[in-house]
Amino acid sequence: MITLRRKLTNHLATALCGGALLLAVTPLLSVLWLVVSKGLAGLSLDFLTQLPKPMGEDGGGVANGLIGSFFMVGLAALIAVPLGTGAGIYLAERDLGRTPRIVRFTAEVLSGVPSIVVGIVAYGLLVVPMKRFSALAGAVALAVLMVPTLARSTEELVRLVPRSLREASLALGVPEWKTSLFIIVRTAMPGIVTAILLALARALGETAPLLFTALNNQYWSLKADQPMSSLTVQIFNYAVSPYEDWHRKAWTAALVLLMVVGTLSITARTLARQRFARNK
Amino acid sequence: MTRLPSVPEPTITANVRLGDRVWSILLTAFGGAVLVVAGLIVIELTHVAQPLSGAVSLWKFLAGADWDPVNDSYGALPYIYGTLVTSAVAIALAGAVGVGIALFLTEMAPPQLRAIAMFPLELLAGIPSIVYGLWGLTVLVPILRADVEPWLQRNLGFLPLFKGAPIGLGYLAAGVLLAIMILPTIASITVEVMRTVPGTLREAALALGATRWEAVKLSVLPYARPGIVGALILGLGRALGETMAVTMVIGNSPTISASLFAPGYSLPSVIANEFAEASGQTHTAALAGLGLILFGVTMALNAIARLLVAWASRGPLRKS
Repeated sequence: MITLRRKLTNHLATALCGGALLLAVTPLLSVLWLVVSKGLAGLSLDFLTQLPKPMGEDGGGVANGLIGSFFMVGLAALIAVPLGTGAGIYLAERDLGRTPRIVRFTAEVLSGVPSIVVGIVAYGLLVVPMKRFSALAGAVALAVLMVPTLARSTEELVRLVPRSLREASLALGVPEWKTSLFIIVRTAMPGIVTAILLALARALGETAPLLFTALNNQYWSLKADQPMSSLTVQIFNYAVSPYEDWHRKAWTAALVLLMVVGTLSITARTLARQRFARNK
Repeated sequence: MTRLPSVPEPTITANVRLGDRVWSILLTAFGGAVLVVAGLIVIELTHVAQPLSGAVSLWKFLAGADWDPVNDSYGALPYIYGTLVTSAVAIALAGAVGVGIALFLTEMAPPQLRAIAMFPLELLAGIPSIVYGLWGLTVLVPILRADVEPWLQRNLGFLPLFKGAPIGLGYLAAGVLLAIMILPTIASITVEVMRTVPGTLREAALALGATRWEAVKLSVLPYARPGIVGALILGLGRALGETMAVTMVIGNSPTISASLFAPGYSLPSVIANEFAEASGQTHTAALAGLGLILFGVTMALNAIARLLVAWASRGPLRKS
């Protein structure tokens, strides 16, 4: 017999849990709404194509930060994509045995390393010997952050490839390395591309590891051995400044950042979905 | 992987053997790269922190409350305290809400809703930390200052937690912001864990006349508990290391206060604020020392959490 009390408890629990979901959606809507509503006013072609102006002067943009972010994330990808995906393929292909297990666990644990700590690592590795802040150091910090995540996601995607494909290939006398590279990895490729795009999107949003590696730069720079500006560090500097005008710039820059990150994620997800649909 | 035993020996040419060997070495090298990265992090961190060992005793560094780079006095306690307090607030809030969401999506809501509801959670996880900081500074802090903190003070002001002037910037703001940021991690891992709970457990409880909630309480939660704890620890690991958002709302004051309304400081924030302009080698080393503490704690927590989650999705009952 279900008493009224038990019934009420059941409804109350359901309502609380459903309420939790609504509670989680509220900040999301608030963040998105504010970034769009506050950022849109300052968004213009000038904002995307001009250098930042000193305090007091009107106008100016985040062009060097935007380019700097792309430059450093691109450089980081050059390092991290081969290493990360390679490690992922290794994990999927040599899934048994002690060493792969240690590597997998290390990658899992490392994927939670605080990004600020990675900044110190890049500082010790590059800034100290070079005796100056540099875009290269920023890129290395981002790469260290990307490798473990890429390794884990690549592994999972390679594992999704049906065993029968490998068996068929080996049965036809195709050597193992060709089977791995041109059958298994080739089949998982669209998924791996999605994982790479998502990793790039994450790296673009990183601020902490760049603060004392790439530092910042008021001017154009495409030199890897010099300090370089990034969109995220610019947002930080604008946001913590006491000037109302700079706050507005922070919001517009945040809108630009969200648009870039969002475009990357949506492209990644669309790729993944298309592949899914085709497989059906 | 599986080498077919029946492949006739003569068809394997020297070329094939060479290719296989090169591929195997290449793969192992890539796998080893992960270990190299891990080693690099540990070596470089200790290397940068090295000059500290002669300057300050370990005990003074961990338990001292005085952080004064000018006089080469480095006590990390205010930062450790701030990190722990904000993370505790975050875990309390995000744990309750995240587990609630997971319960709702796996046990109560229609299955179609799950796919839809996971999308906003993914979005929430994809927003960069710096954007959260900006939002926290402009939206969350004024709300806390004007509404939430005065309300807490009126109703729960007898607790030392809610005493003092409602400034907005402080432990509470950082904790709430962290809660929002780690919520997706906790919710999505808890959902994964709950999905591994065998349906028969639920059905048994329901067949005995339990209501939905009673079935959850009696059979789902006890079974999923290790996994949920793992999810919470993973969230905690993220909260401890989160930098930008906390830096922007915690108030950046190296003090220790019992009140959640007071401004404080955290380990990642002080590194972010002082590292680039560190006054000397010892100062840099002290900041790297803070990084080393942070690294050690988050890695240990992560390791424990991963083991728990792995065990929870393949535990004692899971084989049947």
